[in-house]
Amino acid sequence: MKVGNINIALIGNPNVGKTSVFNQLTGLNQQVGNYPGITVEKKQGVCKLSSNLKATILDLPGTYSLNASSLDENVVIELLLNKNDKDFPDVAIVVTEVENLKRNLLLFTQIKDLEIPTILVINMSDRMSYKGISLDIPYLENQLKTKIALVSSRKGEGIDNLKNLIINYKNITTEPCLNASSIDVAYFNNLRRAFPNQSLYKLWLVITQDVNFANLNRNELPNPSFAKSKEDLKRLQQKETIKRYQFINDVLKVGQKIDLASAKDLRSKLDRILMHKVFGYVIFFLILMLIFQSIFDWSSLPMDFIDSSFVSLSSWTESQLTAGVLTNLIVQGIIPGLGGIAIFIPQIAFLFLFISILEESGYMSRVVFLMDKSMRKFGLSGKSVVPLISGTACAIPAIMATRNIENWKERLITILVTPFTTCSARLPVYSIIISLVIPNTRLFGLFNLQGLTLMMLYLLGFGMAFFSAWLLNKILKIQSKSYFVVEMPNYKLPMFKNVVINVIEKTKSFVFGAGKMILALSVILWFLASYGPGENFRNAREIVSKQNPATEHLENEIASYKLENSYIGIIGKSIEPAITPLGYDWKIGIAIVTSFAAREVFVGTLATIYSIEETGDQEATIKNKLSTEINPITGDKLFNLASGVSLLLFYAFAMQCMSTLAVTKKETNSWKWPAIQLVFMSGFAYTVALIAYQILK
Amino acid sequence: MNLTISNLAIGQKAIIKDFDINNIPLKLLEMGCLPGNMVEVIQIAPFGDPLYLNINDSHVAIRLETASIIEVEISKENQL
Repeated sequence: MKVGNINIALIGNPNVGKTSVFNQLTGLNQQVGNYPGITVEKKQGVCKLSSNLKATILDLPGTYSLNASSLDENVVIELLLNKNDKDFPDVAIVVTEVENLKRNLLLFTQIKDLEIPTILVINMSDRMSYKGISLDIPYLENQLKTKIALVSSRKGEGIDNLKNLIINYKNITTEPCLNASSIDVAYFNNLRRAFPNQSLYKLWLVITQDVNFANLNRNELPNPSFAKSKEDLKRLQQKETIKRYQFINDVLKVGQKIDLASAKDLRSKLDRILMHKVFGYVIFFLILMLIFQSIFDWSSLPMDFIDSSFVSLSSWTESQLTAGVLTNLIVQGIIPGLGGIAIFIPQIAFLFLFISILEESGYMSRVVFLMDKSMRKFGLSGKSVVPLISGTACAIPAIMATRNIENWKERLITILVTPFTTCSARLPVYSIIISLVIPNTRLFGLFNLQGLTLMMLYLLGFGMAFFSAWLLNKILKIQSKSYFVVEMPNYKLPMFKNVVINVIEKTKSFVFGAGKMILALSVILWFLASYGPGENFRNAREIVSKQNPATEHLENEIASYKLENSYIGIIGKSIEPAITPLGYDWKIGIAIVTSFAAREVFVGTLATIYSIEETGDQEATIKNKLSTEINPITGDKLFNLASGVSLLLFYAFAMQCMSTLAVTKKETNSWKWPAIQLVFMSGFAYTVALIAYQILK
Repeated sequence: MNLTISNLAIGQKAIIKDFDINNIPLKLLEMGCLPGNMVEVIQIAPFGDPLYLNINDSHVAIRLETASIIEVEISKENQL
């Protein structure tokens, strides 16, 4: 039997539980991708309606109306106006929430006017009695010319009814609820004459928005009289909005009854505590502490496990394969490369777990509200709090999280300064250098000096982010209106299913997205370090044995001689003059060069360079080796307080992450901003490291 | 001088009268910030900005700058 398929678009305001409805309909039967060319997430899932009918459901980004003001909202309009799009819906489902029905219906009336069969879902029906709300469903269905499904996505109620409505979608009238021409009668009459076969509301949308739609490009409108000034259009959009609200208010006056007895509720009580001028900040601080604790403490166990698993996988593979170039590539290039990705999974998962709980519960909007004024002093927005916190795990998702900042200048500054926050990739570098150069003693018999140093580096990262934000705010001459609208949603207990799906999806896209980059680079690095030009590299064995015939560590000596003459060694030697004033030798130079791909390869690169057998505790053996290295120029220990501090500062400030630069390019749509990031951050890092070394040496 | 949302005290209710359409984000209009609708200040953030409002049953926060261009009229309900 052939299984039929219909396309469904799920549309709704943010915070109405649209994703919960999506999860209820599709379960784990979903896939997340990107819309071509832009970074807006595209979520699609399949739902089995009956034995011979299934539905492909597209979860469109949350939007307040069809008047697009962001990339996410543009996606919605583009799809709904383009009948030729392969995802064009047979049925549109507008998800609303019982407590915000009035506002949610604005979008519904717009969708309805597109003349697509539309089903109205009223979600969170379980809260109706608690809120004293009652609805006259037959009346509402009649007035809104639709079918209504009362759903509680939290309890899973009403989903079967919704599926039935979808199966019978052909019974739903496509008649619009509102007469679009009443917005401006003369104007719309002209439009109707020019385009007799088009829906008026579609024409209106095409004229007011920046989208093209099937066979009707807005630039090709035949009569210039249809073009209106931006101000006039905005005025008309306002008029449209007022008209729609009038209609909705009239309908709800009859169709919805609210018993106001339950006015003071949990929301206002929680608001009073969570946004208190003292307790509000204390609670936020405690939550931050909890997040850091989990990222750096709780995830260390699974991270160690992943780390050691990859080491054993590497040696096991080596023992199974015959020795050769391909084996070397797999064992030294690909497997450690994959390990470098996998090791971050626990931290990323913990971070997304917390962020997703904070967002689902409605708390994040409160933090944005509390922090906005203080953040604005630095040219940032209250909404910058989220990216700056996420930045402590990884700058890549953090920069993507800036999308909801309306003000372009505030958003740009947030993107530019986020990489200063101490991301998890800096942690291994910090910990090994600190253990080398900072004495393991207690300050005032209380604070561990090494721990204190680590904390200082975190504070330094945040401090630098705020300082450069302040600086950029002074320098950048971008005029943009200080728009800031944050919906303060109701508090909700986060739904386990939503949180889990979100964590899995985000972690997956991190591993596959950033992972590809790290993997590719580690293969390139392996190649550059394993091959070299000229006689010196090829005849390494003969040359070394001739020089030191009696050495016990012949193999190690050969390996380091080879490295010195490999491609990467030549690069390291050539940058040596630039880094000597900072207290580094050419080997550290190579580690710094490779760190521009990703910081976490620093330790691994040094490990290869100092040709240590990879047995036992890798960091300890590296540590022993590093602590005995002698600087050939000064004759002192290579890693002393001066060069150590210099390195720490360099890693704290330098822009050493290609993926971050790529994301910045993607989000700002220009190479200018990543270039500024790279030059400014690395230049600053170099200067600070230079000064520190010259003072301390 | 005209009374605006920024002049309201916490808990005070008013009716939206008028505003300069070109300086108001459309998103705010869509949330129900339109002439004739009711607005109530629920809370003001520490340091006096932003404001947490109930506009036409939508709960939103906006900055003082935006609030100070939305003219209002104290509702009769509140004066009683």
